[in-house]
Amino acid sequence: MDALDVARWQFGVTTVYHFLFVPLTIGLSVLVAILQTMWHRTGNERYLKLTKFYGKLFLINFAMGVVTGIVQEFQFGMNWSDYSRFVGDVFGAPLAIEALVAFFLESTFLGLWIFGWDRLPKRLHLASIWAAAIGSTLSAYFILAANSFMQNPVGYRINPDTGRAELTDFVALLTNKVALVTFPHTIASAFLVAGSLLVAVALWHLIRNRDSADTPTYRFAAKFGSWVTLIAAGAVVISGDIQGKIMTQVQPMKMAAAEGLYNTESPASFSVLTVGSLDGSREVFAIKIPYLLSYLGTGHLDGTVRGIDDLQAQYASQYGAGNYAPIIPVTYWSFRFMIAFGMAAAAIALLVLWTHRKGRTPSSKWLLRAGLVMPLLPLLASSFGWIFTEMGRQPWIVFGEMLTRNGVSRSVSLTEVLTSFTAFTLIYATLAVVEFKLLVRYAKGGVPDLTEQPENDDSHDDAERPLAFAY
Amino acid sequence: MELTTIWFLLIAVLFTGYFILEGFDFGVGMLLPVLGRDDRERRVLINTIGPVWDGNEVWLITAGGAMFAAFPEWYATMFSGLYLPLLLILLALIARGVAFEYRHKRPEPSWKRRWDAAIFFGSLVPAVLWGVAFANILRGVPLDAQHEYVGGLLDLLNPYALLGGVTTAALFLTHGAVFIALKTVGEVRERAGKLAVRVGAVTALLAVAFLAWTLGIRSSTLAVALAAAAAVALIAGLAAARARREGWAFTGTAAAIGLAVATLFAALFPNVLPSTLDAAGTLTATNAASTPYTLKIMSWIAVVFTPIVLAYQGWTYWVFRKRIGVAHIPQH
Repeated sequence: MDALDVARWQFGVTTVYHFLFVPLTIGLSVLVAILQTMWHRTGNERYLKLTKFYGKLFLINFAMGVVTGIVQEFQFGMNWSDYSRFVGDVFGAPLAIEALVAFFLESTFLGLWIFGWDRLPKRLHLASIWAAAIGSTLSAYFILAANSFMQNPVGYRINPDTGRAELTDFVALLTNKVALVTFPHTIASAFLVAGSLLVAVALWHLIRNRDSADTPTYRFAAKFGSWVTLIAAGAVVISGDIQGKIMTQVQPMKMAAAEGLYNTESPASFSVLTVGSLDGSREVFAIKIPYLLSYLGTGHLDGTVRGIDDLQAQYASQYGAGNYAPIIPVTYWSFRFMIAFGMAAAAIALLVLWTHRKGRTPSSKWLLRAGLVMPLLPLLASSFGWIFTEMGRQPWIVFGEMLTRNGVSRSVSLTEVLTSFTAFTLIYATLAVVEFKLLVRYAKGGVPDLTEQPENDDSHDDAERPLAFAY
Repeated sequence: MELTTIWFLLIAVLFTGYFILEGFDFGVGMLLPVLGRDDRERRVLINTIGPVWDGNEVWLITAGGAMFAAFPEWYATMFSGLYLPLLLILLALIARGVAFEYRHKRPEPSWKRRWDAAIFFGSLVPAVLWGVAFANILRGVPLDAQHEYVGGLLDLLNPYALLGGVTTAALFLTHGAVFIALKTVGEVRERAGKLAVRVGAVTALLAVAFLAWTLGIRSSTLAVALAAAAAVALIAGLAAARARREGWAFTGTAAAIGLAVATLFAALFPNVLPSTLDAAGTLTATNAASTPYTLKIMSWIAVVFTPIVLAYQGWTYWVFRKRIGVAHIPQH
């Protein structure tokens, strides 16, 4: 074990952890904004209850996303300083723009939304949550543009004197085809998570307490969440399909690694699962769907998908001796888990809609159990998606330009990076437990009873009235 | 003016803004156990910064991103060189940020006590360590000819840097007390006002000593002028606090912090991270900078968006301008 290994583990752990909170921040901010807009339009208190209820869950999650996000920005400089030196001219720009354009918008207007219920005119208060939601979504674009440069570097040149990457075309950087397709894929997956959370919480209340006065409210939330989940799943599939074809063009090794395809094939089949070795050395048992990999990669049933051995030989002659294949079992299984978990969430959403047909209210204990695991499924799917796309890029940190092992900080010792990795793991694990318990507690608490809200009390003048919300 | 100079200035402005804004957030956090005698009073304190602390912290994220984009070498060397202080700052900011949001989520006193501790230490640690970090940047750190940090942790804990840490903590504490006096009513306001005057006297001594030492290490006419202005602003602010002119007191401490940070950057220029070893290792605004193309694009984006950000963030402070007291804290 050396500092490089630990730095890689730290990046993996902190990034996957950070991304447990990001999809809910993006998806739920928009859904809460939609609910509040519906209240604004119809005056129906049901939507106000749901706005406040899911808004609380959103904020519990949001805090974690913010604090774990700061680590991400600092980590490049701390653990990956040679990477930062190499790409700073290109990669720093989207990060700086993300902070200036998106994070200020998100955090400032969210503060206004949280504390502004009685301070802002209704319309302005509604606009605040939309501004925050737009900020979150924008931030996703800029950070994905930065990540896409690592997958498919564009709009740059290597300065022969310094050996560093330099930005030559800013528009090309922001319109990287990998970014253009990864953005909808990521945003759709965020709605898959947020929709699933809506369903899970609503189902719990529906099935546990059938005769509640709030049953129609939860029925609406369960159906709304299911539709969001289903539409998001459709968008995930469509964008993922385009992504696969672009990946086959720009990172053919990643596509080959997704299948564990050693020999170039046309047509290539897709294996649903493989038992035995994935190192290509011996026969294994596998369930295969003919033509599917060709279709995923090229859009044609008999398209050629290049194999790992072929690409390895090409890269070795292009970039010099070395191993240019990622760890195949990781890419193979993460790719399948991503798809399976995502589809499972969509299947449950379909089931939930079916149980709500023609005014029915579900009561099955099994549906309740399925509903409770539902939000975990798309979270697992997005985690595996990131593990796939990042591990599938290895051994490169910037594809074709810099190897991961050359990006690590030379001045940081093993002890330092171990200290940092241990500290983050401990604080993250503790906070995960705290956050999860709080979410469950507030989810169980249910929608607020709006009649209990303190009315404008005439005995106090305006200056003495308690705040509508306070920490 | 050269683009590299403009970006040096912009980064100075971002850190200045960050320390003025999050300075009082840190002060409020450090004063939580001192000025808040019961839960309602502590909630009053936390709610003075509740709607704004997160937006204030984005100044740091923007400063970091701007360093990365405009001076990658500076960003890379500073963040990997100041590894352990930055790690501690990150851990503190994590605990503190979550604490604001979670503290009121459960009624148990033990729950609240723990988050109070997170807010206190989460404010104290960065308040000290930012001073240590910036003092080291000014003093210079051991960098080899490839701009790689070759020192250890002990190199960062020199007397000048430690004085820097104590000074920033004291400044933020005073700034926070003045802010609380400005934003609250009742007993909390009284106590905060008195404390600001008392702590302020010590702070002024520390600040003058630190700035004088700074100018002894490296200096320029501008830096001397800024340091003098910082001292005057601080003393004027404290005089205003004594006279219970809270708005002016806050203006004074805010200006003092801003001018003190500006002093550091002015003394540093044109260097961005001097080397105490090989002079070739010194990073300057020129050799650490990105290409003119990147700087030009970033300049346009900054020109367009900075005024917008300032406008809406300023408006937020206007929306939440009212003082609060224990009567405003809801029961649940």
